[in-house]
Amino acid sequence: MMFLLPMLIAAAPLAEPPVEAPAPAQTEAPVDWDKEFGVVRKERDPVTGEIPVDPYVQGDANAGARPYSGDGLARAFGGQAGIRRITDRALELSEADPRIKAIFEEHDMVRLRRTLFEQVCYLLNAGCTYTGRDMKTAHKGLGTTRADLNALVENLQRAMREARVSFAAQNRLLAKLAPMDRDVTER
Amino acid sequence: MRKSLVRLAVACSMGTLISSTPAAARDLVSFDSGKLILTNGITTIEGSGGGGLATWATISGMGTNRAFGVSAHVTGVELPDFRLDTHGIAIGIRDRVELAYARQNFNTRQVGAALGLGRGFQFNQDILSAKVRLAGDLVYGPAWLPQVSIGVEHKRSLDAAIVRAVGARSSAGTDFTVSATKLFLGASVLANATVRVTKANQFGLLGFGGDKHGAGSAGRSVQFEGSLAYMLSRRLVVGGEWRTRPDNLGIAREDDAKDLFAAWAVTRNVTVTAAYVDVGSVATFAGQRGGLLSLQVAY
Repeated sequence: MMFLLPMLIAAAPLAEPPVEAPAPAQTEAPVDWDKEFGVVRKERDPVTGEIPVDPYVQGDANAGARPYSGDGLARAFGGQAGIRRITDRALELSEADPRIKAIFEEHDMVRLRRTLFEQVCYLLNAGCTYTGRDMKTAHKGLGTTRADLNALVENLQRAMREARVSFAAQNRLLAKLAPMDRDVTER
Repeated sequence: MRKSLVRLAVACSMGTLISSTPAAARDLVSFDSGKLILTNGITTIEGSGGGGLATWATISGMGTNRAFGVSAHVTGVELPDFRLDTHGIAIGIRDRVELAYARQNFNTRQVGAALGLGRGFQFNQDILSAKVRLAGDLVYGPAWLPQVSIGVEHKRSLDAAIVRAVGARSSAGTDFTVSATKLFLGASVLANATVRVTKANQFGLLGFGGDKHGAGSAGRSVQFEGSLAYMLSRRLVVGGEWRTRPDNLGIAREDDAKDLFAAWAVTRNVTVTAAYVDVGSVATFAGQRGGLLSLQVAY
C-alpha cells in the first residue's frame, strides 16, 4: 500500500492544507431566525385565499375619486363581468410585463385582483362598493415610478382595447385614475 | 489561506464594480422611453416641443421624470410661393428641462427673383431654445392643474444684411414663452395656451423688430398661441392651432398663422404629422396656404 502514498500526495490540492474548523458546540437550541428578525408569516385566509392586511377603516372614499353617475360607462365596459375581465387581464399583462413584473412578484395578487375590480366597478358606477385600502396605504413602500405607472396604464389600455371599449370611454376611466398619481408613485 | 482571502476580496470588489456600474448609469443618464405614446407631443417649426406652430409646455423626448429623452425632427412646409424646411434635435432632462436646436431654411423661389435677391434665395436661421417645466403634468395630477413651462428661444438669422435691408432692426432676437398644456382625459381633448413675447418677423426669418411702429418703439409685443386637439385613438390625434404674430415691417404685412393637423404615432418612437397651414401674407405675397409634413423620432 505504500506505493499509493506518492499518488495521494500528487492528487492533493496544491493550495494550503485544509484547516480543520472546530466542530460547532451543539449546546444551544437552533436559532429561530424569523423570530430574531421579527418576521411574521401571514397565512392566507382559507376562505378568501387572501393574505390579511393591517386593520383599516373601509369606505368608498378609499377608492380615491367620486364615481360617475348614470349607467353609460358601466354598459360601455360590459357591466361587472366585462370590468372583471378587463381588470384581470390588465393584471395578467402586468405580471408578464418585463418592465413592471417585479413589483407584482411579492404581491398578494388574489387581493389585488379583487380590490382593483371593486375600484373600477365603483368608479364606473357599475354597482360595487370599494372595500380596499386608500391608494396611499395600498402603494406604500412599493417604490413605483412614473414609468411603472405608465406601463400599467398601457396594459390597462390594452385590456380595454381587447374588450372593445371605445377610446373615449377608456379615457373616462383614466380621467378618474390619473389624479391619483401622487399617492401611487414615489418621486 | 491568505491567498484565497485576497482572491475572495478581489472577486467581491469585481462583483461590486460590475453590479454597481448599471446602477450608477441609471442614476446619471438613462433612457426609459417611458412616456405614454404621443404625450411627448411633436416638434414646432422652431424646434421646441409642442404642436406644429405652437410651443407647448411638454418636454421633448420619451423620458420620464427619472430619465433622459431625446428627439429629432424634419419638417417641410410647402406654400404657393415659398418652401420652409426645418430640422433639429432636442434633449429632455428628467421631464423637467428641454434643450433644443433647430435650423430653418426658407426658400423664396420665384419671389427671390422678384425681390432682387435671386431666384431660390434662401433665408436661413438657427434657433437655440430652452424650456423648464414649472408645475403640473400633462396627463397626471389634478384636472385643473395643467403642465406649465417657461421657455426662451434665441434666434439668429444668417442673412443679417438682407433682413436689415427689408426693415428689420436686428438679425437676432430672443422670444420668451409661458405655456400651459393639459390633456383632459374625460373629454379626450388636449388644450394648450401659450403667451409669447417676441420681436420676430415671420418667425424671425425676416429679422427682428421693424420700422412700422416708430423709431422709439422697442418692437417687442405679446402674442398668443392656442392649440386644441382631440385624441381619436392612442395613436391618432387631430386638431387645430392659431398663432398671432407681430406686424413690424413697413414693406410687408404679416398675418396670424393657423393650421389643422393630424398626428399619427406609427410606433411609440416615430410620429408623422400632416397639416394644412395658412400663414397669410409673406413678403407681400398673400394667401400662403399649403401643406406641412413632419417626421419625429423620439426616445
